Amino acid sequence: MTLPPASPAWKLELRGVSKTFRSPHGDFPALQGLDVRAAPGEFLCLLGPSGCGKTTTLNIIAGLEQADTGTVLMDGQPIGGPAPDRVLIFQEPALFPWLNVRDNVAFGLAAQGMPRRQRQRTAESQLEMVHLQEFAAASVHQLSGGMKQRVALARALALNPQVLLMDEPFAALDAQTREALHLELQSLWSATGKTIVFVTHNVREALVLGDRVLLLSARPGHVKSEFHCDLPRPRPMESHTLVDMAQAVLADLRSEVQAAQEEARREQHTP
Amino acid sequence: MSSTRLRLVFFAGLILLWEGLVRLHIWPSYVFPSPLAVARSLFDGILSGMVPIAVLTSLRRVALAYAGSLLIGIPLGLSLGRSRLLQDTLGTLVLGLQALPSICWLPLALLWFGLSETAIAFVVVMGAVLSITLSTADGVRNTPPLYLRAARTMGARGWRLYAGVILPSALPAILSGMKLGWSFAWRSLMAAELLYVSLGLGQVLTLGRELNDMSRVLAVMLVIISIGLLTDYAVFRPAERRVRQRWGLQGNA
Repeated sequence: MTLPPASPAWKLELRGVSKTFRSPHGDFPALQGLDVRAAPGEFLCLLGPSGCGKTTTLNIIAGLEQADTGTVLMDGQPIGGPAPDRVLIFQEPALFPWLNVRDNVAFGLAAQGMPRRQRQRTAESQLEMVHLQEFAAASVHQLSGGMKQRVALARALALNPQVLLMDEPFAALDAQTREALHLELQSLWSATGKTIVFVTHNVREALVLGDRVLLLSARPGHVKSEFHCDLPRPRPMESHTLVDMAQAVLADLRSEVQAAQEEARREQHTP
Repeated sequence: MSSTRLRLVFFAGLILLWEGLVRLHIWPSYVFPSPLAVARSLFDGILSGMVPIAVLTSLRRVALAYAGSLLIGIPLGLSLGRSRLLQDTLGTLVLGLQALPSICWLPLALLWFGLSETAIAFVVVMGAVLSITLSTADGVRNTPPLYLRAARTMGARGWRLYAGVILPSALPAILSGMKLGWSFAWRSLMAAELLYVSLGLGQVLTLGRELNDMSRVLAVMLVIISIGLLTDYAVFRPAERRVRQRWGLQGNA
């Protein structure tokens, strides 16, 4: 397969990315020939069965892991190590318990050398964006799961990244909280124009949020199919069009889940 | 019943039991003195200035040596926790040395430093520094990988990663190492003072034995216990409570 030449028109471009994890128990190919592109300001969802290398993909874009082969470009330039222009948000909020909410949000700004006073101001305005300004001085453990994840979002946005990488950030939340956060994320996205790469295993979540949904294959992961979703936002999870689309995606996904399970079974039998 | 009252009742009962046993006259009073005799001995010791001087001397010694142990142990633990090479080499040595009761360093210390304060300080440091080092290293090694990934994705590296994430995340472990180190320091000092060295509580204890003054021996033991307990209640417990609260390691207790 030939790809068009690298173009700065793409915010993010992954070409032929492969990654194999080596261990004494054998090699696990996680990604093989993965091609992903995201336009500036696009909301891209990566969907796939568990263990298909979605998280690895995000780690590679974030610079926390390196691809074995292939190139990862941002604005047409190869990416280096982790940098605050692409911030990763995890399934767990990963807030630091020894800092209060405001200082958590300000953490990354300190690494950029911003003076203390300005850090605090930026942190507070970010907390306002996620409607948690009155919790600025609270301890992390006083917040609910949804609030923690909003703080994590504010912490990432405080760095003013160009790309937001989200690794199943709402998977551990209850349904109501998740829906509220979907709305909040979309309004933040349209207000800031960030490029978002959002990983999920939930078909409807992908369709509610994404401009485009890439379905990854079972391990080793590569893009199996692509769905465009241009329904007007906000998209209710139970809208008929969305449910119909979800059926189509689900049928596609199901064959991959089966493939993943068969693979897992084969692995169990091999000593 | 509140826990303070429970404690009061328990210790009052213990003293009554003690007094009761004394009144049975099973043992002669020079072997088993009454609580009152011990209290009087303690009172006399305080009035004569002997006990206050001994307490101050011992506290000064332990404070200096403990501060030294922190200055050595915490940086050592921080580097052990991050370096595989140091962990496999120096870490094994530290672990091995911990099996040696610190008072066993006294002969060596006396040969190296003579009959001096330095020799005592050396023994106390050897008693305290190892547990501080090991707890610190453990705390550093157990930094949740998620915290590190979160900090790195926000662009934190090197010193900022260390001071901003690894160190605070290890703080609960460092604190418990400090607490353990303190009790080891105190014990080592008493052992060393018992065997040699002028002034200090350990020496008053030895003096009591030489004079066959059981009341004084018990009185000094009570002082040693009280100092240990007081430091625990006044310094380490509040510090631990604050850290646990902040880190969310317990409810809102």
